[in-house]
Amino acid sequence: MFINILKSTDKRPGLNPPLIVNMAITVIALGFLFLFVIMPLIIVLKEAFSAGLSLWWASISEKDALAALRLTLLVAAIAVPVNLVFGLAASWALAKFRFKGKSLIITLIDLPFAVSPVVSGLIYVLLFGLHGWFGPWLAEHDLQIIFAVPGIVLATVFVTFPFVARELIPLMSEQGTDEEQAALSLGASGWQTFRRVTLPNIKWGLMYGIILCNARAMGEFGAVSVVSGHIRGETNTLPLQVEVLYNEYNFVAAFAVASLLAGLALVTLALKSIVEWKSKHD
Amino acid sequence: MNKIKQYVLTVILILFSGIPFPANAVETDEILNVSYDPTRELYRDYNELFAQYWEKETGRKVNIRQSHGGSGKQARAVIDGLKADVVTLALAYDIDEISAQSKLIPPNWQQNLPRNSSPYTSTIVFLVRKGNPKGIKDWNDLIKPGVEVITPNPKTSGGARWNYLAAWGYVLNRELGDLKKINNPENAAEVNAAEKKAQEFIAELYKHVPVLDSGARGATTTFAQRGIGDVLLAWENEAFLSINQLGADKFDIVVPPISILAEPPVAVVDKVVDKRGTRKIAEAYLKYLYSPEAQRLAARHFYRPAYPEKADPADIARFAKTKLFTIDEVFGGWRKAQKAHFFDGGIFDRIYQPGYK
Repeated sequence: MFINILKSTDKRPGLNPPLIVNMAITVIALGFLFLFVIMPLIIVLKEAFSAGLSLWWASISEKDALAALRLTLLVAAIAVPVNLVFGLAASWALAKFRFKGKSLIITLIDLPFAVSPVVSGLIYVLLFGLHGWFGPWLAEHDLQIIFAVPGIVLATVFVTFPFVARELIPLMSEQGTDEEQAALSLGASGWQTFRRVTLPNIKWGLMYGIILCNARAMGEFGAVSVVSGHIRGETNTLPLQVEVLYNEYNFVAAFAVASLLAGLALVTLALKSIVEWKSKHD
Repeated sequence: MNKIKQYVLTVILILFSGIPFPANAVETDEILNVSYDPTRELYRDYNELFAQYWEKETGRKVNIRQSHGGSGKQARAVIDGLKADVVTLALAYDIDEISAQSKLIPPNWQQNLPRNSSPYTSTIVFLVRKGNPKGIKDWNDLIKPGVEVITPNPKTSGGARWNYLAAWGYVLNRELGDLKKINNPENAAEVNAAEKKAQEFIAELYKHVPVLDSGARGATTTFAQRGIGDVLLAWENEAFLSINQLGADKFDIVVPPISILAEPPVAVVDKVVDKRGTRKIAEAYLKYLYSPEAQRLAARHFYRPAYPEKADPADIARFAKTKLFTIDEVFGGWRKAQKAHFFDGGIFDRIYQPGYK
């Protein structure tokens, strides 16, 4: 099986490295995977259940943990659709039309990837904090953005901004505009073209982008930590709740909540695999 | 396609119902207490106690929302708009900062409540490995060769600043024999010489620190969980708590012959309570901290209560008697201490070189 992994159908010698190289590369890759991905996951699960199933259940059904779960799901439920609409619109415009400043916009879409999440959070403090640009106006009208749910949503939207667009732009560019032009010349309206032609072509790429976006939205720590205010049972998302519990010497509960988060991630991964498999067989 | 339409509609509804949230939609009484790290356990119990008291007094229910974090970070959040009704932080300077930068609290806040607005106090002690294998008994033992000291970064941690100042005060006391000399101008030369010694001692001390964590809890975890270092400089309450939570068979507490009286103060955030109409309950919340019930609770959570006679004598007996000096008598108050030692370019910046040998 070692040999098969790297064996190319091409018979030229350069493309078929000797067995020993094959094995070494495979072992290194699997070793890394085990050391950095599988082992930490095992440790999280082991610690989470180290005090028994009932304590695990008590930890994740505790009031603050449930509030954190609710908040995390709410934030994802807002951030993902927002970025879905944005990502679709942006990639449609960028891939199907030609205009000046296109590469600048693509660079801007990548910005959240390049900026540290902590900085992303601080941006919102500088904008909406009491002494920020909009702070005095917000205070006057009694509106609370940071240290409340809207701030957490904003920070998450910012951080997860590129996922859908980044997934769709290459896909749409590759597909070109021939099919759309055909549809339009046959008398379809713009919306019909989008729904009947473009959307079916990109649906798996879109799903993939949504899944990645969702995973990040639920797992984001840095940016959310800056704007959260850490009010128990109110502005702590799951990742923040893990930190709170760990700092309270409540290691079992911390890992129990972490295992919940890991569970959500595993579900996401499973969905991702299904999407990949489906898109290949479609 | 109908399903998709429904979904889109739901999302739009969520969006417009959710943003922006009105800041205060209070139905039952509700206040937010923004506190520092080690008080988590204390306030969990105190909030329950106060809720019972408040219901008995007024017949109204109260929900106390609680936020914890590094003291400086929490002060920063309040300055940036976290709507705290009361702040209960690690040191007066952080509340001074809120007052200076945001004007939410009047500058003379510390006179509003008894005992410098500190209903409970603590001190700085040493947490060592069981049996005290390195024989650490006094501050001077911390700079013995081969001793590794764990203390957080005084730039970010309130507890770390108390640690630093306690060590400084120890040297002054050793050199001068009597801390009262500091405020007598006749002794200026002698005090100067002592301060020079103190600076040398602190510089040497921080050479024994392998990692500077950003907060007190982080430092405790480094020492207790990760097993790094021979001695942790810690809040007394934090040291007791580690022993309680992580095992009495692992650590010993060593109380040095002299240390600092750490006063974590509390204050009502005037501008916030006036706007939210919560002044009465916020003031009652802090005042009740001085009641016999709350003082007993503080002692049970290893804080030295402001009025020890109100607490359980058995709890009080756990605190070793030791000489405690205040920040006012040695440093002339927090503002001066902060400026001389911890501001950019202050003494700490001059003596600390990262990467110890």
